[in-house]
Amino acid sequence: MRQAFVEAVEEVMASDPRVAVVLAEISRDAFRPSPRVVNVGIREQAMVGVGSGLALSGMRPVVHTYAPFLVERPFEQIKLDFGHQDVGGVFVGIGGSYDDPAWGRTHQAPGDVALFDTLPGWRIVVPGHGGEVGPVVREALAGDDRVYLRLSLRENSRAYPVNAGFTEIRRGSGGVVVAVGPMLDPVLAATEGVDVTVLYATSVRPFDGAGLRAAVAAARADVLVVEPYLAGTSAHVVAEALADVPHRSRALGVRRESELRAYGTAEDHDSAHDLDVVGISAAVRQLFGHPV
Amino acid sequence: MTSEWGFADIPALFERMSGDEKHEWAAASTLHVLWVLYDRVLNVSPERVDDPDRDRFLLSKGHGPMAYYAVLAAKGYLDPSTLDTWTRWDSPLGQHPDRVLVPGVEISSGSLGHGLPIAVGMAVGLRAQGRTSRVVALVGDAELEEGSNHEAIALAGRWGLANLTVVVVDNESGTYGWPGGVATRFEVEGWSSSTVDGRNQDALHAALGGVEAGRPKVVVARVVKGSEGP
Repeated sequence: MRQAFVEAVEEVMASDPRVAVVLAEISRDAFRPSPRVVNVGIREQAMVGVGSGLALSGMRPVVHTYAPFLVERPFEQIKLDFGHQDVGGVFVGIGGSYDDPAWGRTHQAPGDVALFDTLPGWRIVVPGHGGEVGPVVREALAGDDRVYLRLSLRENSRAYPVNAGFTEIRRGSGGVVVAVGPMLDPVLAATEGVDVTVLYATSVRPFDGAGLRAAVAAARADVLVVEPYLAGTSAHVVAEALADVPHRSRALGVRRESELRAYGTAEDHDSAHDLDVVGISAAVRQLFGHPV
Repeated sequence: MTSEWGFADIPALFERMSGDEKHEWAAASTLHVLWVLYDRVLNVSPERVDDPDRDRFLLSKGHGPMAYYAVLAAKGYLDPSTLDTWTRWDSPLGQHPDRVLVPGVEISSGSLGHGLPIAVGMAVGLRAQGRTSRVVALVGDAELEEGSNHEAIALAGRWGLANLTVVVVDNESGTYGWPGGVATRFEVEGWSSSTVDGRNQDALHAALGGVEAGRPKVVVARVVKGSEGP
């Protein structure tokens, strides 16, 4: 996904003089040298402030580094230097929630989307495949708004068209499963042979409440949301979308009750958070397995 | 909107606002710097607040903005009657300025340590666009305790941002002071520096005028705490 991101940004930069990239060491060798690609060094607060200044001077900044250092460390700068200044920019994080857990908790950011979700005016896009990244980047750079693009090493087996709303992958009658970004493949495996609708979400903010309502109207009103970040991040938007619809809902995601103090592989962490096929299958049976 | 107000009118404009004592002295410490900038240095005007070639002034130290508002009113950015609404529900003027609400205000500030990194980004952006506009940021000596400033000071020096000037209003408010003087923090990163009396408008004008090729500039405006005022 990172290579697709870099290629798309460089392609747009060639024709759009507004676009500039701000890095903080990470990916510094991925971009070709340019006066509009600046590396601030290991200075993440300045990275965001410089990005804001570029936006205030009339440019379209791309602010990029590893997710915890992009979102968590300079969060006040994101809140004030972009949100409160009311300027736009494209933030691109890599590392997902725990793409490389051998690096430990310092390099994990499962709360990134939840943090952005506290701020008004941010679009959040979670591609599930490298083939989805280019269109998302080009669309984001063409605008003036605030966008968070969450990239990961975890990918589905194929790309889907990226829509502002949900994409229906399967139609069923026993309930609705929303799979966000790279969670689609394990969700499809876990729901194989189960009579449920599967919706694929890449654009998660704004949340496609209308799409969810339509899917729920055509099926039993039980909803399982499977997100690759903090569990329950989208619970409030699901509740708002279905405020007048009697329903049951469950959220799967990175557990929030305690820090998982372990290394290992991303697959190990999937298993610990019930985000592997086994864990998702269990949640599917629990939520959708009861008689109609 | 045009105005005939001069520096002698500032006390009357000031009195149209009232607030807490802590922020009032902070406002007074910046007054002469603000006046010199808007009266004699910056290439700005109320009619050109969106001109991409205007100079940019960033009040990073957003505390005590009454002096800022008074100068903006004197220079025609605000109708002086707006000052009477200060901090009311329907007023654009709060204890910390908001760029969305006040014409001519370049950044919303109040949380310390944000203006200087933004100024660096602005200077880079303007340079990349081939514009000759200057960026001037005002910080307080205590504000420099925020680490984000030092990230930006290093970058501006390394990148040789000649279009960037920082004014440090030094009223010795820093909790642990600055051994060797505030200016040394900038000088070691390659900035040119000067230290002047923060109430001497001619000295401020001389220090703030012009740019030095290849490196940013810091002007330390010394103001003895407690003796400020128009």
